Parts: sequence; structure tokens; C-alpha cells
Amino acid sequence: MIADLIEAIAKILFVFGVNMGFFAPILGWVERKQSAVMQDRVGANRADIFGFTLIGLLHPLSDTIKLITKEDFIPAGANKLFHTLAPFISLTPALITFAVVPFGGQYEIFGRRINLVVADLDVGILFVFAFASLATYGTVLAGWSSNNNWSFLGGLRAAAQMLSYEVAMGLSIIGIIMVYGSLKLTEIGAMQTDFFKWGIFLQPIGFILFLTCAIAENKRAPFDIPEAETEIVAGYFTEYSSMKFIMFWMGEFLEMVTISGIITTLFLGAWHLPFISDERLLSLFGFAGPNGSIIMLMMANIATFFGKIIFMIWFQMTIRWTLPRFRYDQIMKLGWKIMLPISLINIFITGLVVLLK
Amino acid sequence: MFYIIGGVAVLSALIMVTNKKPVSAAMSLIVTMLCLSGMYVILDAHLIAALQIIVYAGAIMVLFLFVIMLLNIQEKEGRLSGHKIFLQFAWIMLVGYVFISMVKLIGGDSLPARVEGSINGFGTTKAVGEILFTDFLLPFEIASILLLAAIVGAVILAKAKVD
Repeated sequence: MIADLIEAIAKILFVFGVNMGFFAPILGWVERKQSAVMQDRVGANRADIFGFTLIGLLHPLSDTIKLITKEDFIPAGANKLFHTLAPFISLTPALITFAVVPFGGQYEIFGRRINLVVADLDVGILFVFAFASLATYGTVLAGWSSNNNWSFLGGLRAAAQMLSYEVAMGLSIIGIIMVYGSLKLTEIGAMQTDFFKWGIFLQPIGFILFLTCAIAENKRAPFDIPEAETEIVAGYFTEYSSMKFIMFWMGEFLEMVTISGIITTLFLGAWHLPFISDERLLSLFGFAGPNGSIIMLMMANIATFFGKIIFMIWFQMTIRWTLPRFRYDQIMKLGWKIMLPISLINIFITGLVVLLK
Repeated sequence: MFYIIGGVAVLSALIMVTNKKPVSAAMSLIVTMLCLSGMYVILDAHLIAALQIIVYAGAIMVLFLFVIMLLNIQEKEGRLSGHKIFLQFAWIMLVGYVFISMVKLIGGDSLPARVEGSINGFGTTKAVGEILFTDFLLPFEIASILLLAAIVGAVILAKAKVD
């Protein structure tokens, strides 16, 4: 009982720590550096402690200090309750959804079975969709409650866009559910031991559809019309300052991490290394004794999983700094007239193949 | 746990009915939906709980909010008088009382107690799917045809306005 509790708390702290302590601050720096590299600039490199800049790695720290000490401004005529609530609503779902993403398999250490996922729910992937859909409210309410026409336009655009792409996103995942026959993310991950059984090989169309819809859900370029700086100032968070402003940013970055985690679990073989099975790794680590080797295997799997997540984050950032912004009608057309039919066809074909096999 | 969730659900439902601002009313309806899905979790129906959030809180209410904002519905002038609110509450109480007595008359004097451990796999996706596609196939298909008709109707209505 106590051991169960300790295990659960340790897992929650690990996920929370990695997300809030590592990804949330570091990704701001990564995004600035990557955009700088892609645009042939130097990028963030000024913040220093006694002259040490650490290639700009101190910027997240100075940004945080700056934003905490800034004035928290609520515009006149704004709805105070919803204006304050909106950043929290947009940050929380991104954090909660990571609870069902497994960051490792099941291990037997010292006679205890450890399942490396915070909550191994039966509905798994549906839980992710449930909370991803709630993230819409943060954006919409932020836009509405600011009492600003730019924000309002951003909120409306966000509502329409996220609603449209939720449909295609839900359908794009059905193929992978049919192939693996489970909604549990842990089971789907455990089934991808063989390199050629990874989701990306069984469901290539599903992968592209899901990635596109996920980026659209996250409102990142090329789908960033809700905040389109050149048209509507900064969209739904124009009127936000201080920590509330940074909460939107953290929400966006953490959503990116969660999306990468889900894509890794569903399509990129979860915690498995390509061509090297867990048994092989176990025999490689054999020198550390029975428990030691399993612990090392666990570490290797976690490292693999987060390595894949970092790769997916890099991929999304590359897309963000490569493609220009879509127009509103282009986004709607892409969502309803291209993504939706393709995902339906994908489901149909997958169903045929599964049936005939 | 039941009383906490139930209390919040009833409270937010009351706010939704009495609040004059459309957006606040919509938001409290969302809270009610979330509480209902919490109820389903207590009843071991995890799939229904997830679907409740996806369909109602995630999709339908976003659409509600979108329409409210797009049409920019203003709050009505004036407040309800205390007398009127009291009358409404009295009606709600009466309807609730009639409902409870009806349930008691039809279903005997006690509601079935919760079965601990429950029937094997109750509430899981597999169990719900199996029941849906065997015992309740006909109602399921009828419901889907009904929804299809509604979709077609909506498209025709929208198209008539565009032309």
C-alpha cells in the first residue's frame, strides 16, 4: 500500500518535473535558437552570469524573472473571472494528458511490478482527446474576456479551427486503434517491439494526418491564425501580461511535448529501440546482476522514449519555421475537404485489410 | 465523493439557469457536464465518462460558445424578481418530487445497490462495444440513421440560405 503510494507519487513527480522543470523552460530557448539557426542569425546569447552566457541557456531564467516581476494587467471592461481563468484552462489539459502516456514498459524489480505510466486507463487515447478538446476553452475564453477586437477575432478563429481539426484528428487515430486492437496506450506501445511493426509503417497516412491535425490543434505555424501577429496583433493573448502570458506559452510548449509523446507511443515504437530488442539489451546489461540489469534496461527505455520525443519536437519546430501561415479559408478547406475524406478512406482501407487478414 | 460532485453539478446547473450572461451560463453548463462525467467514473463507466467529455464538453459546448460569441448575444435588461425565482424553485421541487415518487412506484421501494467488483469488465470499451453490437444492435442502428437524417437536414437548411 505504502509502496504503491510512493511509486505513484514518484511517477507523478517525474512526469511533472520533466515537463515543467525541463521542457517548459528549455523549449523557449530551443525555439529561439532553432529559428536563429534556420534564418542564419546568432539567436539568444546575451543573458549572462559573470560573463558566462552558456550559449544563451540562461535566457529561460532571465525571462522567468522578468515575467514574474512584470505587472499583471487586466484591461478595462474585461471579464475578470474568465480573463484570469483562461490561462489555467489552457495549461492544465497539456499537463494532465501526459498522465496516460507511458514512458516505459513494465519491469519487475525486487519482486515489484512497475508500470511506467501515471494512470493506465482502459480508455487511454480517448482520455487524451477528452482533455485536448477542453484546451479550446482556454483560447476561446481568453479571446472573449479580453474585451479587445483583435483578441476576439483570435478566439473565434481558434474555436473554428480547433473544432474542425478535432474531427479529423479523432478519425485519423481510428486506423491505428483497429490495427492494434486496443485503446490502451500501454498495450499499443508494448505491441511495437518489431521495427517494422511500428505504427508509422502500418499507418503512414494516419501518421501524417495525426501530425497535421495535432499541429493545428496546438495552433502552431503554419496553423497559427488564432495569434497571427501580422494580422491581429497577437490574437487571443494580446491583452495578457506577466505570468498569465507565459502560461499560454508554457501551455503551447507542453502541448507540443504531449503531442510528441502520443505520436511516439502510437507511431514511433514507444520506448523500443529499432532492431535491438529488450531481451538483447537485458543480456548486454547482464554484468549488473538481475535487478541492476532491469534497472538499466528501464533507464535505456526511458531515454529512448524521451529521445524520440525530442526528435518529434525538433521536427515540429522545423515545420514551424519552414512553412508560411495558411489563410483562414485554406485552413478550413484543408480540414474539412481534404483531411476528413482522407481519414475516412484510411479507416475504410484499414478495415478491409484487418478483415481480410 | 458522490455528494461533492453531485453538489457541484446541481450548483453549476442552478447558476446556468439563473445567470443572465450567456457566456457564464455556457461555462457553468460545461462544469455540469464535467461533473456528470465524474459521476460516470464513480459508476465504473470510464468509456461513457470519456465520451461525455469529448462529445458534450469538448464539441457541443465549444459550438455553443462559438455561436454565442459570433452572434454577440447581449445579456437581457433587468433582473428576475425574488418572487419569480421562488416560484421557479417551487416548480422545480414539485417536478423533482413527482419524479422521485414515480420512480418509487414503478421500480419498487429501493434502487438497486451498487455491486462491488461489478460484472466482469463492466464499463470497459470492450464490454460496451460487445453489448452495443449484439443485444442493442437495432436501437444502435436506428440512432445512427436518426443522426444521419439530422446531418442531411442541417446541410440542406444551410445550403438553402447560401443559394
